[in-house]
Amino acid sequence: MKIAFQLAWKNLIGAGLRTWLNVGVLAFSFLVIVFYNAMLDGWNHQAKFESIKWEYAHGQLINENYDPYDPFTVQDGHGIFPGKTADLCPILIRQGTLYPNNRMLTVALMGIDTSQRIVSIPVEKLKSKYGEFPVIMGRNMANSLKVKVGDQILLRWRDKNGTFDATEVTVSGIFKTDVPTVDNGKVWMSIQKLWEITDLNHHATYFVANQNFKNPNIPGWKYKSQEALLQDITNIIAMKKTSSSIIYILLLSIALLAIFDTQVLSVFRRQKEIGTYVALGMTRTQVVGIFTVEGSMYSVFAIIISGIIGIPLFAFLAKTGISFPTNSQDVGFAMAETIYPIFGIKLILGSILLVMVSATIVSFLPTRKITKMNPVDALKGKLQ
Amino acid sequence: MKKFKVLIAILILTNLSFAQNLSADNILKKVDANMVSKNRIIEAKMVIHGQRNDREISSKSYSEGIEKSFTEYLSPEREKGTKMLKLKNMLWIYSPSTDRTIQLSGHLLRQSVMGSDLSYEDMMETRKLYEIYDAKILRQEKIEDRNSWLLELNAKVEDVAYLRSQIWIDTEKFVPLRQDFFAKSGQLLKRCSFSDIEKVNGRWYPKKINYKDMLKNGKGTDFIMLKISFDTTIPDYIFSKASLKK
Repeated sequence: MKIAFQLAWKNLIGAGLRTWLNVGVLAFSFLVIVFYNAMLDGWNHQAKFESIKWEYAHGQLINENYDPYDPFTVQDGHGIFPGKTADLCPILIRQGTLYPNNRMLTVALMGIDTSQRIVSIPVEKLKSKYGEFPVIMGRNMANSLKVKVGDQILLRWRDKNGTFDATEVTVSGIFKTDVPTVDNGKVWMSIQKLWEITDLNHHATYFVANQNFKNPNIPGWKYKSQEALLQDITNIIAMKKTSSSIIYILLLSIALLAIFDTQVLSVFRRQKEIGTYVALGMTRTQVVGIFTVEGSMYSVFAIIISGIIGIPLFAFLAKTGISFPTNSQDVGFAMAETIYPIFGIKLILGSILLVMVSATIVSFLPTRKITKMNPVDALKGKLQ
Repeated sequence: MKKFKVLIAILILTNLSFAQNLSADNILKKVDANMVSKNRIIEAKMVIHGQRNDREISSKSYSEGIEKSFTEYLSPEREKGTKMLKLKNMLWIYSPSTDRTIQLSGHLLRQSVMGSDLSYEDMMETRKLYEIYDAKILRQEKIEDRNSWLLELNAKVEDVAYLRSQIWIDTEKFVPLRQDFFAKSGQLLKRCSFSDIEKVNGRWYPKKINYKDMLKNGKGTDFIMLKISFDTTIPDYIFSKASLKK
């Protein structure tokens, strides 16, 4: 076996540019596979972390008439929770209309308990010291309304009977979050204030639970665990991984095709060499082994080259992250301005295995022809 | 001059006292008598004034009493063939592009009708004024050279969109000239201006109504009635769901 590696090394180095072209394409494919998957893993991790921090906590207890995917259920999807609410933060959603600078914008009014510590919404800014009717909102929402802290906006809403009411609200805080579902189209206010203006005392659309909450299975309320709430993110990332795999399968195929062609050419041009190996006493399988090792050595070289380029580059990217323009944030679920790729051991070892195994297979396939060669004709260099 | 002023004052007081004698409720009933008919057919156009340009939508509607109405949109091409049927407190819309009929309920009723300042709910509100509001005469005022009574209306039922309203009623023709709608807090939210008042089949009727959301910029939405006929025969099939797909 040692001789196989020695011969492979000598032949590959001797081939010069042809070897480095194959190695280059394979290394590029390897780097793209690792980088893209690391980005998706980083996005997945950040999206889940931010969603738990801002929105899901340890689960949600949702009124059975409310469907988060159907805004028309906001009207009737609320009620009074009959159980204990010690480990829960109530949130009531109503619809309203904001009139910033004589424009009109329909918004969801999100009432939240000002004493809660379960999610990261900065509820301390909703205390009455910040104005008669303080509200807070995310940065994207504030940008679309073109408002800043201290601005007053006219808000119109309806009470439980459908009667219109309107007043000026003061923007007491603008928070930065990567979770669009707590930012876009949402205005946060004290739930006590929302109860007061809508005559819906003690009503909630859903509750956010902390780690101590035990689901009491009360009719009319459905509990969604943290895992269930995060399932959407998991599904989206899985779908993105599948769709992106098409790109790197194509890239890898090009690299493997180059190796395959090189191997076919080697077997064709080095018939005398093959004949000599057999004449010297090697079995055909051993000769196939020499050629296969030679082919798979491309992947070893490619991984070494990838390491030389990739380790400093990926270490830098993992530290600084990759920034995306603000417009790209609105993808429906949490996406940070800067994504930090995660280069896990599983990902790197998996990618190395994929490249090495596939390179070995395509190196082996053309060499099967050797087993059918007549050694005498091979020695003579006759075409077979 | 002093005598003239006294005369004017007496005239105003006499007028007010006449109005008081007439009572605010009676005024509202007279308004309803003009505005609500047994049935009517109206061909109208809706002019939605936007920030950059105006849009016109023409329609033909049939209504019977306050519970049945059917509207077919005639133009523009995009809206042509869209039909709405209202029976009591239910509303169905047929869209020819999808060939589907949907029933509007709950929050959908609060959406704007084709981008106008009118909501489906506004169109659904058919209760007579005196049924939902307690009225009080505040004073007489001139609105575009017409004498009018200014009535303050306070809701006497709970399920009403506007708790308070002010309505200016033509003292001679008993039709509204303007109506302001207020929020619970007193904020003015919406204004309806009625104009082009003409006598149609023996009743005074405003042929142009402007709906204006007072909280946003713009000139609101004009509802202009091109052809009206009252108390004519409307076949029963018009007010059936089958007529939506015809």
